[in-house]
Amino acid sequence: MSQFAINLLFVGGSFALYIGIAIWARAGSTKDFYVAGGGVHPVTNGMATAADWMSAASFISMAGLLASGGYANSTFLMGWTGGYVILAMLLAPYLRKFGKFTVPDFIGDRFYSKTARVVAVICLIVASVTYVIGQMTGAGVAFSRFLEVPSSTGIWIAAGIVFLYAVFGGMKGITYTQVAQYIVLIIAYTIPAVFIALQLTGNPIPMFGMFSTHTESGVPLLAKLNEVVTALGFRDYTADVDNKLNMVLFTLSLMIGTAGLPHVIIRFFTVPKVADARWSAGWALVFIALLYLTAPAVGSMARLNLATTIYPEMAGQVEDYQEALANPILYEERPDWIRTWEDTGLIVFTDRNNDGRIQMYNDANPGFQPIASELGWEGNELTVNNDILVLANPEIANLPGWVVGLIAAGGIAAALSTAAGLLLAISSAISHDLIKNTINPSITEKGEMLAARISMAGAILLATYLGLNPPGFAAQVVALAFGIAAASLFPVLMMGIFSTRVNSKGAICGMLAGLISTLLYIFTYLGWFFIPGTNMLANVEANWLLGISPLSFGAVGAMINFAVAFAVSSATEEPPQEIQELVESVRYPKGAGAATGH
Amino acid sequence: MADDKINAAEYWKANVRLITGCMIVWAFVSYGCAMLFRPLLSGIPIGGTDLGFWFAQQGSILTFIGLIFFYAWKMNKLDQKFGLGE
Repeated sequence: MSQFAINLLFVGGSFALYIGIAIWARAGSTKDFYVAGGGVHPVTNGMATAADWMSAASFISMAGLLASGGYANSTFLMGWTGGYVILAMLLAPYLRKFGKFTVPDFIGDRFYSKTARVVAVICLIVASVTYVIGQMTGAGVAFSRFLEVPSSTGIWIAAGIVFLYAVFGGMKGITYTQVAQYIVLIIAYTIPAVFIALQLTGNPIPMFGMFSTHTESGVPLLAKLNEVVTALGFRDYTADVDNKLNMVLFTLSLMIGTAGLPHVIIRFFTVPKVADARWSAGWALVFIALLYLTAPAVGSMARLNLATTIYPEMAGQVEDYQEALANPILYEERPDWIRTWEDTGLIVFTDRNNDGRIQMYNDANPGFQPIASELGWEGNELTVNNDILVLANPEIANLPGWVVGLIAAGGIAAALSTAAGLLLAISSAISHDLIKNTINPSITEKGEMLAARISMAGAILLATYLGLNPPGFAAQVVALAFGIAAASLFPVLMMGIFSTRVNSKGAICGMLAGLISTLLYIFTYLGWFFIPGTNMLANVEANWLLGISPLSFGAVGAMINFAVAFAVSSATEEPPQEIQELVESVRYPKGAGAATGH
Repeated sequence: MADDKINAAEYWKANVRLITGCMIVWAFVSYGCAMLFRPLLSGIPIGGTDLGFWFAQQGSILTFIGLIFFYAWKMNKLDQKFGLGE
């Protein structure tokens, strides 16, 4: 069977499964549509949350980020997991107790203000729409690479599948497909990683293999990796970071951004009890950690594998790295996987010094220049796109064709599951918060259900359009999504629970102050609305305020939000008595009941 | 009713205390061990590198999982003790 047929079989099989679930899990009421009926088991919800959370970026790009950045990019690992601790202790149980359907629902009721609700809806839509663009393009890329269709066709197929289970099944359909998608993606991620760990270290568990001995050289794997990358003129893989303030703030922004992202929060509205929301956050993190603990192993091992493929003499015990450096492989003798990925343009070779060999080193390092000149090298000749590490893993480890098919299905599952969660957050904010609670409160249950389905269809069309015509700044907007969630949504949610004193004026001013300060800081360095050339300062560390990068500013924006909200609230009136009672009531699990409308 | 109020206030205080403790550990492993105190921990070798690196790539994630389950377990006991569970 050809590789194409195998890929088609795996991807087609997974789609048949999702459609089967869609037919089985039709939503019969708005409660089904918004919160899957409120009866999802905490472990099931944990698994669905993990799929919801782990996007195409986690599945495809995370290992590459770690491989290229080493220690410095640990921020992503800690940031994208530490948020669940905040979620479990500061938000999820109380918002579950509150028992409504959406995140703006809580903000609107707690701050007794339509303005607050609408500001929250705007923040939610901007954060979720920017985030969903990446998922659609990610699905398109996965389709085009594995199923040999144009990426625009891939995006239409992805939209069609999501349409089937999201429009008819709502949160109920999404929840159970996400469980299936999690299983597909975790198997696809783990199998190649296990084989690579076995080959390099003899240990089948990647997270342990990473800290054990590299079989071929007899040196600990990470020590070996440090030796190899420094021999090629790069920084130590485990090298420390100088700008710790920025590292701390970046991680904090990712953590509170994670906790403030509405599509993650609403997953906790689907469990039956407050206690379940707490357990469920723990299970979600367990399922996420299965991938996030494997990713650093995949990253470090793939980096070592690549270097020793190009410089075979570096693989074993090396007396003199200078000598090992002198004999990179001949371009003609490169392994097959380099050939196949060259066809996609994601690996590029240019023989700068015309010696027929592949030289891969850090040509931006002036300290390495004398060595390179002595060897007659005229620049780095091999460029490898970070994103291929996970996708090429099965080929690098010489695994059979069905593993490649599994990776194709896994990458698509990661993109679709996150897209569906985001689309539900967007459509429920429109049908529930804007239509039902702001514009037309007298709408019937049936009418709201129809509105929810139409908004979902509209959101899918918008996401498809943006996926087909991604704005030039698509890569930067994910930072924007986290910045907005961290600086605007997270602080008001937390204050709404932990303070009885913060009133509507405080919350609205706080949200706007956090949002605007973060946007201004990002736009100053990345351009107004990301239009190239309109930035007021070059985006380099020397220009950053106190060395804080625009991507790390979400945490500062959150602090501004807190400070403004408290200052304005203490200068104005106390919230009404019934609001203070509402705050009291969300703090105690007793009488949570099921999630209700109004 | 008055008893209920006092009871509830006690429960909330105990919850906030528990959260504070957990958040200190949360910050200590990630911002502490994995970042700010990494140079101090550089003398402790683990699998070819230092303890701070391990905390950054594995230790903090494992601690986070432990923290959430510990919190959920303790809160279940608090819910029962104060009769505020479901």
